[in-house]
Amino acid sequence: MNIVVCVKQVIDPEAPSSVFRIDEATQKGKNIDDSPPVLDPYGEYALEGALRLKADKGGKVTVISIGNDFDQNAMKKSLAIGADELILVEDDSLKDLDAYGTVCGLVQAIKKVGDYDLILTGREASDTNAGQTGSGIAEAMGLPLVTLVQQIDIDGSQAKIQRVITDGYESVTIPLPAVLTISNEIGEVRFPNMKGIMAAKKMKPTVYGPGDIGMDTVPKKSKMVRLYQEVSEAHCEFIKGESPEEMAVNLAEKLREAKLF
Amino acid sequence: MAEYKNVGVFCETNGGKLAPISTESLGIGRKLADDLGQSLVALLIGDQVGDAAKDAIRYGADKVYVVDNPMFKDYLSDSYVEVAQKLVDQASAQIVIMGQTDMGRDLAPRLAFRLGTVSTSDCLELAIDGASKRLLQTKPVYGGNAKEVFIIDTDPQIVTIRSKAMTALAPEDARQGEVVAFDAAIDVATLKMKLLEKVVEEVTGVKLEEATIVVSGGRGIGSPEGFSQLEELAALFKGAVGASRPAVDQGWLPPNRLVGITGKIIGPDLYIAVAISGSTQHMTGCGGSKTIVGINLDPEAGIFKRAHFGVIGDWKAVVPALTEKIKTMIG
Repeated sequence: MNIVVCVKQVIDPEAPSSVFRIDEATQKGKNIDDSPPVLDPYGEYALEGALRLKADKGGKVTVISIGNDFDQNAMKKSLAIGADELILVEDDSLKDLDAYGTVCGLVQAIKKVGDYDLILTGREASDTNAGQTGSGIAEAMGLPLVTLVQQIDIDGSQAKIQRVITDGYESVTIPLPAVLTISNEIGEVRFPNMKGIMAAKKMKPTVYGPGDIGMDTVPKKSKMVRLYQEVSEAHCEFIKGESPEEMAVNLAEKLREAKLF
Repeated sequence: MAEYKNVGVFCETNGGKLAPISTESLGIGRKLADDLGQSLVALLIGDQVGDAAKDAIRYGADKVYVVDNPMFKDYLSDSYVEVAQKLVDQASAQIVIMGQTDMGRDLAPRLAFRLGTVSTSDCLELAIDGASKRLLQTKPVYGGNAKEVFIIDTDPQIVTIRSKAMTALAPEDARQGEVVAFDAAIDVATLKMKLLEKVVEEVTGVKLEEATIVVSGGRGIGSPEGFSQLEELAALFKGAVGASRPAVDQGWLPPNRLVGITGKIIGPDLYIAVAISGSTQHMTGCGGSKTIVGINLDPEAGIFKRAHFGVIGDWKAVVPALTEKIKTMIG
């Protein structure tokens, strides 16, 4: 089966929050510890889901990303862990895409790939925390959609899917082709091994400009008014005491004083 | 193209009553409608939801469109998006508000793209921009490291709001409004998605999102046995026990106890974080708590940057002593 996985390059979300700043020039977040950009973790879960299906059913996994200024190491990780092809839709005009522009571009790129049984995205990107791309692709292409997926079982032209809900999960069936947004419950993402890293080094991503995928203009439906970091207002009052036990007693008294119980 | 001129709120029910997130949505919806000089229209899809419809009036709606049909007992993306589209048109909703819930998270972006617009999820603040009269939508980005204010240029402007971020109005029995039954039966044969089963993992004790006091543990707790000590402390307050991702990944507590960006986002009166470093992902889940207490051996732990009270010490000594002291205080 042929699977398209849409991924995104993000600043490293695992970097400590103390190194996070807003880049005034680009009006985007950055890490000041020079940590390189990475594949979005949720996109990695989507890729993991695709690679497991490929191992079970055979076929091809094509990874697509849209944006600008791609970091080859970050993007090639998808090839190193087992994707067959990497397509980068890259241009300066794509640097400030909103959800609508992202979806339009990805849909055009997917149509160019042409042959797919499943389209997977992460449940949300770790920078925007939006969770719109998969839903948008499904609506734009008129395909069935299941969000927050934790398990995929393929049975011919049908898929049985488990999706995460607040206190458990739902099982649903949908016909293929379909769009799934993948949640972290799908399981641990594999690491690249040396063989994979060496193979990825030799592989070249397919690079398209917007014109190559028939994207003549970059549509936009929303705009950022302001991006800011809140000054944390909590001033921590450290509870004093000669021992942990004494501190605990003093804490209980503080909480009672504050009428918290 | 519908003429968009009202504020619409998709309501959800819980045991036949309006869910708290929906009274909060109506609260902010009322304010936005008043600022724009528009009507507030509640939109309700479900089964046996007549009482909740009347409640929506008490909590601020001018009008309620109700789709009351056994086929809508459970949220199903395919059927709800069809009905939601009809309801938004019927209500002429220029702004559409939902909760950032199982339903809202799934429905909002899908409905938005179906209507040729976009949505903004997990909003913490909503206000009308004086100059443009568009909806200013403030939401956390970069895992809670920053906030972004958006404007959507196309109608309807669809948003989901975070639980407890907005305030419900006090219900008024005297408030007048109209409840209108809306017939939106759809042909189930056309639906691509079929629901096979819904598995709810039983939660013993108080639900995380309903508790006024939450005690959470992190990697430093070290074992499931450690969590039983947190259970004992939480039980004194009739509170709930939560966990950070490393503790859930270790299997010490089930995933439905996860507090964080991919778990529960809660806002209790008191949040006691035990042996939790305070990663941004975790703080996104508990940052809305009114009072945060951090208990951690590491004086540099990030939790102390967000906590109101801190104890630098070994939780194994602090928690039992705290439990004993509170026992004597509560009597």
